[in-house]
Amino acid sequence: MKVAGARLKLSQVNKFYGDTQVLKDIHLEINPGEMVCFLGPSGCGKTTLLRIIAGLEQQSSGQLWQGENEITKAAVKERDFGIVFQSYALFPNMTISDNIAFGLRSQKASRSLIKERVSELLSLVGLVQHALKYPSQISGGQQQRVALARALAPAPGLLLLDEPLSALDAQVRQHLRTEIRQLQQSLGVTTILVTHDQEEALTMADRIVVMNHGVIEQVGTPEEIYNQPASAFVASFIGSMNFLRVEQQPGNLVSIAGQQLALPKPWPSNQPLMLAIRPENIGLAAPNNQLPLAVIQQVEFLGSFVRLELRLDGQKLKVDLDSKEALQYDLTPGKQLAVRLPSSDLHCFAA
Amino acid sequence: MLHRLRQEATWLNLLLLSGLVGLMVVLVMPLYSLFVRSLYNRRGEFVGLDNYLSYLTSGGITGSAWNSFWVAIVSMLIVVTFAFAAAYALSRTKIAGKGLVRLLLTLPILAPSLLPAISLIYLFGNQGILKHWLMGASIYGPIGIILGSVFWTFPHALMILLTALSQADARQYEAAQSLKASPWRTFWTVTIPSARYGLVSAAFVVFTLVITDFGVAKVIGGNFNVLATDIYRNVIGQQRFEMGAVIGVILLLPAILAFAADRWVQKKQAAALSARSVPYQPKDSLKTKILGFGLLTPSIFFILLVIGMAVYASFLTYWPYNRSFTLNNYDFVRFDPAGWTPYFNSLKMATMTMVIGTLMIFVNAWLVERCPQPKWLRNLYQLLALLPMAVPGLVLGLAYIFFFNHPQNPLNNLYGGLLLMAICSLVHFYSVAHLTSVTALKQLDPEFEAVGDSLKSSRTGLFARLTLPLSLPAILDVALYLFVNAMTTVSAVVFIYGHNSRLASIMIMSLEEAGGTAAAAALSVIIMLTCAAAKILHSLLMMLVNAKHNAWKGKVQTSQEKSSTAKSRKLAWLWRKAPANQGA
Repeated sequence: MKVAGARLKLSQVNKFYGDTQVLKDIHLEINPGEMVCFLGPSGCGKTTLLRIIAGLEQQSSGQLWQGENEITKAAVKERDFGIVFQSYALFPNMTISDNIAFGLRSQKASRSLIKERVSELLSLVGLVQHALKYPSQISGGQQQRVALARALAPAPGLLLLDEPLSALDAQVRQHLRTEIRQLQQSLGVTTILVTHDQEEALTMADRIVVMNHGVIEQVGTPEEIYNQPASAFVASFIGSMNFLRVEQQPGNLVSIAGQQLALPKPWPSNQPLMLAIRPENIGLAAPNNQLPLAVIQQVEFLGSFVRLELRLDGQKLKVDLDSKEALQYDLTPGKQLAVRLPSSDLHCFAA
Repeated sequence: MLHRLRQEATWLNLLLLSGLVGLMVVLVMPLYSLFVRSLYNRRGEFVGLDNYLSYLTSGGITGSAWNSFWVAIVSMLIVVTFAFAAAYALSRTKIAGKGLVRLLLTLPILAPSLLPAISLIYLFGNQGILKHWLMGASIYGPIGIILGSVFWTFPHALMILLTALSQADARQYEAAQSLKASPWRTFWTVTIPSARYGLVSAAFVVFTLVITDFGVAKVIGGNFNVLATDIYRNVIGQQRFEMGAVIGVILLLPAILAFAADRWVQKKQAAALSARSVPYQPKDSLKTKILGFGLLTPSIFFILLVIGMAVYASFLTYWPYNRSFTLNNYDFVRFDPAGWTPYFNSLKMATMTMVIGTLMIFVNAWLVERCPQPKWLRNLYQLLALLPMAVPGLVLGLAYIFFFNHPQNPLNNLYGGLLLMAICSLVHFYSVAHLTSVTALKQLDPEFEAVGDSLKSSRTGLFARLTLPLSLPAILDVALYLFVNAMTTVSAVVFIYGHNSRLASIMIMSLEEAGGTAAAAALSVIIMLTCAAAKILHSLLMMLVNAKHNAWKGKVQTSQEKSSTAKSRKLAWLWRKAPANQGA
């Protein structure tokens, strides 16, 4: 039961609430069969954007297309999507089967078709034995799957998931992540997932749309977003990142703690610059005079790795170190270490 | 398909619009006619505020208005004190038979406000058995009005205070205990502050009910004039409609004031409730049991005394000389040629109010709460739905005379009929029913409609399959509330009944006036029994509904319910089950 998804296209979408602009000039294309995550802190506009795509909210300006159809002004019912909310909004007075069958019934599908489709979905989400129970009689994770099955039952071209896992505890969440991703891939349904959880986005998405203050900061695969953050916000929001003030020098060089570093890419010398590097990309060495020296401030043992907080040139620097590797060094606070900041792992952002 | 969907949205807008127009016709326009009428003299000439001036100079303000005011204040103080004591005992002590006690204490809601007045005459009147308790003072006058008002407004205050007190946070008490505060200090620093909004709210509700009530003052007021009886005398006695209109407008003021204050309190309270708290568990000690018993006794005694006396008197041959048992007082034909007809009129009228009212109020609440509507329409409807709370029944009834009895009004032929009385009653009791419906609808997941739309269900389909079944308890509550109130109301209908549409509550008044006090007591008892039967039927239906709902109500639902009881003070009027922790 592969579902053919349609390409979704948003152009110049803006949204105002009174005087405040919550979405600014949003352009986005989502390919058929793709899983896209809208990721950002709360209040960044990701949920508003999802609701505009669903037609639950009206954009102030801009156009939307689903395949060949322009849906800019279409009512909710005229759009082709299924949706799962954070609260699931399961119908409490209907059994699991009746919940799943709801959309098919309102489309006046034949009795036999409904029966067939419901049992197909029940086995797909692994709830066959719960078919006749009511939503309150099953666990949160199971409720989540019912909501998913209900949304998928009429075979929509687009699946919208609004923070679908945030009401669940960590273990169930992890398990469901994989399950939803597998389901989505096997069905090939175009899916948009709204989340504020970067781990969720990184593990589930084909592409991530990082949003902040109503604008799209970056669109890219999880690897691109992590390894080549397009802005300081993306760099700081996803994963852990050190930001360092440096002195700019001619010839694409900078200096920190008296040592020169080569920039990974040319940077105009008249524009102030900030370097960024992830804690796990920093190398350590015994103090020497080729590398900048830092002082250990704090040591945190986190099982498989050790997180060090160093002071480099008066600035805080976090370094993640493999637990085994950590044994080579004397990690007493106050001791000095040399740090290696590989050029290829450096990111440059305007200060 | 698309066409049909667009049509549905338009249709839903039009439906609410028609509800709004309906409220305009049966609420706003009559009130407007009342106001206009107060500006014209008897010959129909515009005189501006002259009528008001002549009412003021003739001593209306120093007389009736002052009387109304202080009587309402005294009644309010008494009711709030005793209701608070009773609510405290019910929520903070572990006494046996709480369910029964609550039932007893809310019994007055089932009786017309005329019942306590009649009963008080038997108790403390010229031939009263307990006349000596008054030590020479007369029951006919302020004492009678205050005692009667205390009786019938008590349950209203009790319900509000029970809700307020049962929202106690156990952790505050634990904190007070760990800081070595004495029980007395804990009471003043924890209990009273946490119930303050409830106290204010109860005070305003009782004040408004008393100042706008007509029944008690009519029967037992004697020569003591209050605003409500002033209106009646001017309109019915002297046919001075313009003066009636003037007093009606004056009577709107305290009610509107109290209404505004109550809304303000509600807002404050809602904000105070959002914090999570641990429910308070009353301690099980002999000391608190004795305290609880002591706090409840006066209220229970008074209520049982009043009801008991009315029932007892209704079976006596001739008070106080012949105390042999008889059923003659229930044979109303002996006292009034209409016999039992007014009772059946009441039954019909209350049923009409219930059926039309429940349908109209719930559907409109659904339209305004769960369907897309233009903002202006939504706001205007909500305003009009709350307005009746600020309009005393007597004023509404008077307004109905001016509007519906006008020869040029095409609805003129409704005047004097049961249907118009049903409409008047349902408008009079609209706001509480509306708020109950809205509260229930707000508790449903806000995304239900979004899910329904995405699954291509029509709004009406979703209403039938989801909203309606989930809201059945609230709908039953609204139906009972409308029935009981329509059955017992005097003030809303006293001006608009016709020859063939006299109601039981009106007949109680005329029986009492004509000296058939025992028959008046008997008819009051009959009304009370009818309301009790309705309440029992309601409980049975509720059990059926709950049995069905329990099938799909798991843990999730009960925790939701707990938080919702906090919000639903309006539901408390209807004896909904135990707010929070007094379910034991």
